[in-house]
Amino acid sequence: MNSMTLTVDKVAKEFNRRSIFRDVSFSLSQGQSLAITGRNGSGKSTLIKVIAGLLSATRGTVAYTVDGNSLNVEDLRYHIGLVSPYLQLYDEFSGSENLELLSKIRSDLGSDSKRIQEVLEAVGLWERRSDYVRTYSSGMKQRLKYAFAVLHRPSLLLLDEPTSNLDQNGITMVAQVVAEQNRSGILIVATNDADEAAWCSSSIELGLP
Amino acid sequence: MSQFSSTYALIRKDVHSELRTRYALNALLMFVVTAVATILFALRSDQPTSSVLSGLYWVVVFFTAMSGLSRTFVSEEERGTTMTLQLIASPSTVYFAKLLFNTALTFSMTIAVTILYMTVFSNSFVIKTFSIFAGTVILGSLGFAAASTIIAAIVAKANTRGTLYPVLSFPILIVLLMTVMGATTKALDGEEFATALPDFQILIGYFLAMTGGSYLLFEYVWKD
Repeated sequence: MNSMTLTVDKVAKEFNRRSIFRDVSFSLSQGQSLAITGRNGSGKSTLIKVIAGLLSATRGTVAYTVDGNSLNVEDLRYHIGLVSPYLQLYDEFSGSENLELLSKIRSDLGSDSKRIQEVLEAVGLWERRSDYVRTYSSGMKQRLKYAFAVLHRPSLLLLDEPTSNLDQNGITMVAQVVAEQNRSGILIVATNDADEAAWCSSSIELGLP
Repeated sequence: MSQFSSTYALIRKDVHSELRTRYALNALLMFVVTAVATILFALRSDQPTSSVLSGLYWVVVFFTAMSGLSRTFVSEEERGTTMTLQLIASPSTVYFAKLLFNTALTFSMTIAVTILYMTVFSNSFVIKTFSIFAGTVILGSLGFAAASTIIAAIVAKANTRGTLYPVLSFPILIVLLMTVMGATTKALDGEEFATALPDFQILIGYFLAMTGGSYLLFEYVWKD
């Protein structure tokens, strides 16, 4: 895994001139983690999208480096993993087909069938790998999102509402993913749950006056 | 190379997805059959002129395209997979994959409409200059797909998708429609290939301008 740094500098986001958050700054490097907390509507998910390159910031900058070299946003997809309620996988494909297709679209050469088996076993879906995703429960879909997020061993893992729809066994699985990411990369968790926030070594709260 | 393999993988995903869900195929096929049958019943034993037939031919293609081609982006938006694609593929990969998929879909659709027309209007829809007709169908399909792809990407972000698509498409496609109707009339009248060259120049120019403009615009439509 590459050594990555993430620098968020005075980032602000507005929708139709309504300020969601402003002057958010932090810096993270390999082995560091951050919990983003705040009331509903404070912009946690929006900030996650800005960091993931899915939304542009109204002001401020988000910069990434890998092994000391500045990372182009175009190449961010090779280094980032995201689990979020607004990120969906394809219902008409099976769990393993989803991972295979999406890794090919990402041109991720490292995600071969052995790696797919490894992550599906890790999230407890190997037995149901050939079933269509539309037959999965909401908890199983959440597990598949984890398999998709960690498939390419991302340097930066973003988790938005990380344990939604998961049972106790699923929450344990998430804790293992978090522990692994805390050892090898950068972890950012957007949550309102104190237990989930405790997974991270630092935190920021959005929506403060 | 990575861009090429990503684009190929996304096209494969769309083809497999389409074969399983029949999101666009069913809409396209039903529209083609219904429209051609309606025209057949309306004309009955009349012998329409070549310009009327070519006009009706492209009307069917236009409205069929409107009923099906927007699905490439709208289905991603409705299923919530747009963000997944944004996360793993560059905008240019998505644009070219969707453009090529729509081109294949439009081309298949025009072939289907042609076969149906030649079957039900066997006396009046006779292609006398095949080279003009083939060139018109190929370049017309490319132009249709190029315009439809970027309009579909814009419409997918709107709330009133169903009505907005044909409304936005008509003014953009009017130049293409007039050109392909004129060229098709020439093919049915048996004119020389050289007479259709100005039409082909317009169609090639339309495709290049539409594709180039869409490529530059797509990133802003696709993100945010």
